Amino acid sequence: MGEAIVITSGKGGVGKTTTTANIGAALAQAGQRVALIDADIGLRNLDVVMGLENRIVYDLVDVVEGFAKLKHALIKDKRFENLYLLPAAQTRDKTAVSPDQMRALVGEMKQEFDFVLIDCPAGIEQGFKNAVAGSDKAIVVATPEVSSVRDADRIIGLLEAEEKHHPSLIVNRIRPSMVKKGDMMDIDDMIEILAIDLLGVVPDDEFIVVSTNRGEPAVLNQQSKAGEAYRLISRRLLGENVPLMKLEEEGQGLLGRLRKMMGIKG
Amino acid sequence: MFDLFARVFGREDASKEVAKERLRLVLVHDRSSLSPQALESLKNDLLQVISQYLDIDDQGFRVDFSRHEDAMALVANIPIKKKVSRNL
Repeated sequence: MGEAIVITSGKGGVGKTTTTANIGAALAQAGQRVALIDADIGLRNLDVVMGLENRIVYDLVDVVEGFAKLKHALIKDKRFENLYLLPAAQTRDKTAVSPDQMRALVGEMKQEFDFVLIDCPAGIEQGFKNAVAGSDKAIVVATPEVSSVRDADRIIGLLEAEEKHHPSLIVNRIRPSMVKKGDMMDIDDMIEILAIDLLGVVPDDEFIVVSTNRGEPAVLNQQSKAGEAYRLISRRLLGENVPLMKLEEEGQGLLGRLRKMMGIKG
Repeated sequence: MFDLFARVFGREDASKEVAKERLRLVLVHDRSSLSPQALESLKNDLLQVISQYLDIDDQGFRVDFSRHEDAMALVANIPIKKKVSRNL
């Protein structure tokens, strides 16, 4: 019996889809059987981020409505041994499925896969409720910006109200040089404000744009900093106790903090 | 305290401190799940009750959430003009 994890954020554009694609790919690289579900019905994007957009025949709504069998709708990613995508419907909307239907679908998929990752749409309405319904755990993605942290706080409140998702945080697109100047919140600031466990930190990386252009998850590239961060996160999801990614240019430890506090450029 | 550090070391423009302070305040409101209208009506009710006993300066009357370490508090600032004399 696998585990279903929803990747959510409240705010749009903070990297939910990229995070879903890369954690999924990294888990598959680590030998896990992984299925990704795009729960953003009407605005699907996980297919293009994964580079699988030309292979869609059936989608999530087809499966839920019984037009297609799950195994016919799942797209196998040929670059990874055990990675599959269940795409969202593009010509329907959020009301095409119900939380109960999602719960049943995810439950069925957990029989087959070690991990079922659900890419949640932005917002807190029905799309969010659907995406969360079948999940055991939640990952909240937030960037170090006021708007993103505020929305993340709202999402965490909604998840904690249900007392079953144990949300953990991924701080995305952190820029060490700005953190050093005091112009960007650091990981400690985010944890302090959101009062939630940290799952990982992903540095801002131009390579993500390249990887999205090509439809190839960044974890396929050994040079990508973000790719490395997602590999570490996936190992943490597998229960390994790996340290946080070292961010360049950021003062670490007591000396670093002291420098940061006194504004000494180290 | 931070302001002092910032001024001494010429870093008063560290904008993350501004971000954190603004977030703390906005989140106190968000988490309270009390709408601005409800807060306004609470304020008016308080004003009405208290003015039965005291002569309040309603221009300076403030009711707002604030954060004290980890706890949230509703803080009312009620300037008093003078005690209403009552014949018992």
